[in-house]
Amino acid sequence: MTQGLLIDHVTKLWGQTPAVADACFEVPAGQFVALLGPSGCGKSTTLRLIAGLDTPSSGRILIGGRDVTALAPAQRGISMVFQSYALFPHLNVAENIIFGLKVRKLPRAERDERLARAASLLGLKALLDRKPSQLSGGQQQRVALARAIVAEAAVCLMDEPLSNLDAQLRLEMRREIRALQQRLGMTMVYVTHDQVEAMTMADQIILMNGGHIEQIGTPEELYASPRTPFAAGFIGTPPMNIVHASFLTGAPHLLPVGAAADALIGVRPESVRIGPAGLAAQVVAVEFLGSDTLIETRLGAISFVVRAPGKISVARDETIHLDWRPTDACIFDTKPH
Amino acid sequence: MIRPASRALTAWLLLAPAMTFLFVFTHWPALASLMESFMSTARPRRPSRFVGMDNYQQALSDPVFWKSLTNNLWFALGTIPASIALALLMAIWVNDRLPGRTFARMAYFTPTILPMIAVANIWLFFFTPQYGLIEQIASALGLPSHNWLGSGDTALGAVIMVAIWKEAGFFMIFYLAALQAISPVLAEAANLEGASRWTYFRRVQFPLLMPTTLFVLINAVINAFRMVDHIIVMTRGGPDNATALLMFYIYQVGFNFWDTAYAAALTTILIVMLALIALLQYGWLERRVHYQ
Repeated sequence: MTQGLLIDHVTKLWGQTPAVADACFEVPAGQFVALLGPSGCGKSTTLRLIAGLDTPSSGRILIGGRDVTALAPAQRGISMVFQSYALFPHLNVAENIIFGLKVRKLPRAERDERLARAASLLGLKALLDRKPSQLSGGQQQRVALARAIVAEAAVCLMDEPLSNLDAQLRLEMRREIRALQQRLGMTMVYVTHDQVEAMTMADQIILMNGGHIEQIGTPEELYASPRTPFAAGFIGTPPMNIVHASFLTGAPHLLPVGAAADALIGVRPESVRIGPAGLAAQVVAVEFLGSDTLIETRLGAISFVVRAPGKISVARDETIHLDWRPTDACIFDTKPH
Repeated sequence: MIRPASRALTAWLLLAPAMTFLFVFTHWPALASLMESFMSTARPRRPSRFVGMDNYQQALSDPVFWKSLTNNLWFALGTIPASIALALLMAIWVNDRLPGRTFARMAYFTPTILPMIAVANIWLFFFTPQYGLIEQIASALGLPSHNWLGSGDTALGAVIMVAIWKEAGFFMIFYLAALQAISPVLAEAANLEGASRWTYFRRVQFPLLMPTTLFVLINAVINAFRMVDHIIVMTRGGPDNATALLMFYIYQVGFNFWDTAYAAALTTILIVMLALIALLQYGWLERRVHYQ
């Protein structure tokens, strides 16, 4: 049943302002794609456009090669998990899960069979008679997932499904959703503002900013070679350090090959070594995290973070020398393209 | 530091004015009515005396009491389901995004704010024979003339119409508030599952509105049995007691005929009846109501 998804030059305008501007991407069947970006970047709008809850101002949406742009949500072959779960408060867990199957008038035997399968898959068997208000956040989340699974839709959409859970549970559900998706071979579009979620779960990440797609790539690609300073700053904790090439005139050996004089240079905190020579920086703060140490330094007016393995003893206001391999640095053109 | 005893005294003193009024104007009259219903009405030569259940027996054999009771049941049957259904329909309509919905909400709510006496007079004009609004429309369409309030067959129906018009807007406000408390995400989820507008209403909206429906229903029953003002203005119970409702009959017995003891007995009957209905409604509906 699982199918691919194609977003073809889709634009959504609210009045004159584009919420999504000329978005193009493809989700191959069975892949997990994360729509990642800060709040207001258009990722949720994109999801709602795919779901058919909003209609695009222009462009086409294809599911399994079929143009669904003009179709009603129910006719698109999608299921969706909402941020607030959208469980029906007056129905018990079982009724919530099979709500859609009942609406579509599936025979009772098939309904029961699918319910049993989904319930055992998500460990809900003991909770089927409960009302949503009698469930914990994590359990409600499972019910919402079960409801999305029983539909056996071509594409499953998720709108920040983990944002209402505590950190421990989020970690657990992250693994569980990913495992479920791989086991059932679902095509999944997953909206999140949490880069860790996107990095750990997705086959592909679509990074959005201000309604535009900033970069599309695997988590490794986004991490290793961000194409824009925004992408560099959004992925990774702490984010990539970005300095103007002119800062490096004192240590030209740190400049990557081919960097223009007015380019921006990006360096991951973990690529930086503290050495006897290199770029002089003043220590502002030191944070010991256990496995490694974060050292915040100041390079003139800008802040520059170094992640060093183990425990490093440096004092505040001390001057240290930063060193990295030029091949580990990224170049961002400042010229508009 | 105030001692506990004087603190309690202060509290009682603070409560005293409100409690005095409550007792003098609510609790005492209620109790007095109950006691009076077992007494005879005082006349200039015969002082009031204990008569036991005489007043209640009189009610059982009073044809006007039975007439007004049946009238009231028809009135309740005519107004309650219709006004609740209409209220729900209007609430769902003005809950959607439609142009001028604030205006529509206001228009629906207006009957509730208007004083009943004024409204009854306006309707009185609508129903007037020969030159009333309904007559003018009817004659323009070539329909025969009819005295709506003057004929025993249609008077109760006409009064019911006015009550529905008045009540529906009031109940709509409760439904509207309840509808706005339902998360719009539920509609989207139902929509994604392929539920039609009707299915969404039947399986999601209506069950979630049940607490409101119960509240509105109990209010509607109480309102139906205490309706008196527009009867007084429009028909005075006539013609031939065709529109005499219980409350109006009690008013008549008590303040036109000055048979206060009998009126007290009728009041007690009415209150016991309403209490029974309310208990029944709670007992029956409570189990079907989902509270958030």
